[in-house]
Amino acid sequence: MSETVAQLSKKTGASPVLQVAHLSKKLGGKPILQDCSLTLNRGELKVLIGPSGAGKSTLLQCINCLIPPDEGKILLEGRALNVADRRALCAFRAQVGMIFQDFNLFDHLTAEENVAIALRKVRGMNRQDAQRRAQEELGRVGMSRRAGLYPAQLSGGQKQRVAIARALAMDPKVILLDEPTSALDPELVGEVLAVIKDLARGGMTMLMATHQMDFARALAHEILFMEQGIIIEQGAPDVLLAEGSATRTRDFCKHLLEMGA
Amino acid sequence: MNSLQVIWDALPFILGGTLTTVSAVALALGMGLVLGIPLAVGQVYGGTLVRAAVGLYVWFFRGVPILVLLFLSYGLCMSLGLAVPPFLASCLVMGCISTAYQSQIFRGAIESLPQGQLRAARALGMTDGCSITCIILPQALRLSLPGWANEFSILLKDSAVCYVLGTQEIMSRATAVAQRTHEHLALFALAGVIYFILTLVVLKLLRALENRVHIPGYSTGGTVGMGAAG
Repeated sequence: MSETVAQLSKKTGASPVLQVAHLSKKLGGKPILQDCSLTLNRGELKVLIGPSGAGKSTLLQCINCLIPPDEGKILLEGRALNVADRRALCAFRAQVGMIFQDFNLFDHLTAEENVAIALRKVRGMNRQDAQRRAQEELGRVGMSRRAGLYPAQLSGGQKQRVAIARALAMDPKVILLDEPTSALDPELVGEVLAVIKDLARGGMTMLMATHQMDFARALAHEILFMEQGIIIEQGAPDVLLAEGSATRTRDFCKHLLEMGA
Repeated sequence: MNSLQVIWDALPFILGGTLTTVSAVALALGMGLVLGIPLAVGQVYGGTLVRAAVGLYVWFFRGVPILVLLFLSYGLCMSLGLAVPPFLASCLVMGCISTAYQSQIFRGAIESLPQGQLRAARALGMTDGCSITCIILPQALRLSLPGWANEFSILLKDSAVCYVLGTQEIMSRATAVAQRTHEHLALFALAGVIYFILTLVVLKLLRALENRVHIPGYSTGGTVGMGAAG
């Protein structure tokens, strides 16, 4: 499956969509991220793994400046982001989708309005066009029939699918996923992973923090292993997880398995 | 019998005062709403200076009794040589006080929303202004309604004090008739009943509004479902 993605990116030419260089962040004098660099080429899916508290979530939120990084450069399609320019920052964020662990759907809006609101307020679309586009995106994640329901009336898996539709509606160049299945009941994980799999097959560029090792092994182009705010290992899943390889990644995954994951 | 006759005769006069009370309270609440929301937003999201300024304002207007403020405003107008109509002065004083209280109702509501709401709005590329007006306030204002109803009922009754400035509201008119007829008990009972009915009606309306804007299935972790109670 990772081959199809590879072929896709070869077809379109391996062009970097998102480049992150030497990102650092300290909170209260304590380093949370240290010199993190990564590149995402078009159509690539990279997976961030590592123990909790390793800084995966901080890294993802620093990439679209929800947490402003102390140092480092972020480039989208080769253009550097100037964090001080509020307008440029908003335009950047509109092109970088973000999926949260706890969904963060807007509680006062229906599923359809959740998807439509940024189209109207950020893209300046009129109500009808936004509505039509929202319906389209909800259909893509299998949520058409629940478009009129409010977040509180949806299951966790359904909420996350709406959140994905909301991100997709903005035509993002890249999507950052922060442990999208960690807050879900086990029986709901599958429906969300299926949607993400579809996106990966469709050539969406994604960076995803996750503990779903089977998913990472099957679909990821590359695994980035993080610990204590540092990306300590980086490579194709076949290499990092190969029988007998003495990587920290393999060690961690074995540990996950033993925990009965 | 005589008391009833006095009440009957005084009723149009005092109901006229009711109109004054209602308009003064409505204007003060409106002023509090219009100014209280930006103050709350400033206090939650603003910089150090804005937060300190809002804090100072709230501290002053919550700390000084309304009666003292009314006399202060009177003294201030006198010393500046301004002839401010009593009705206007009452509205402004009550408006300033209500702004302080309402800002704290809204601040509480904003701060009770999950942090992720603002984060998700920003992540979609919304400006901070849009995130607040499109995402935060619609939710926060819904949560503010019970506290806001409380603020209304307190302000309505506080407005009775405005008779000291000579505002022709319920209390001042009831007092005037009482002094003329010596039917104090009957007239102040009438005033009490009018306040009671006003409170009852408006609280019912606010409760209906609360149910109307209720989001299906939504609760902020409380144990009682609001929809079922409505």
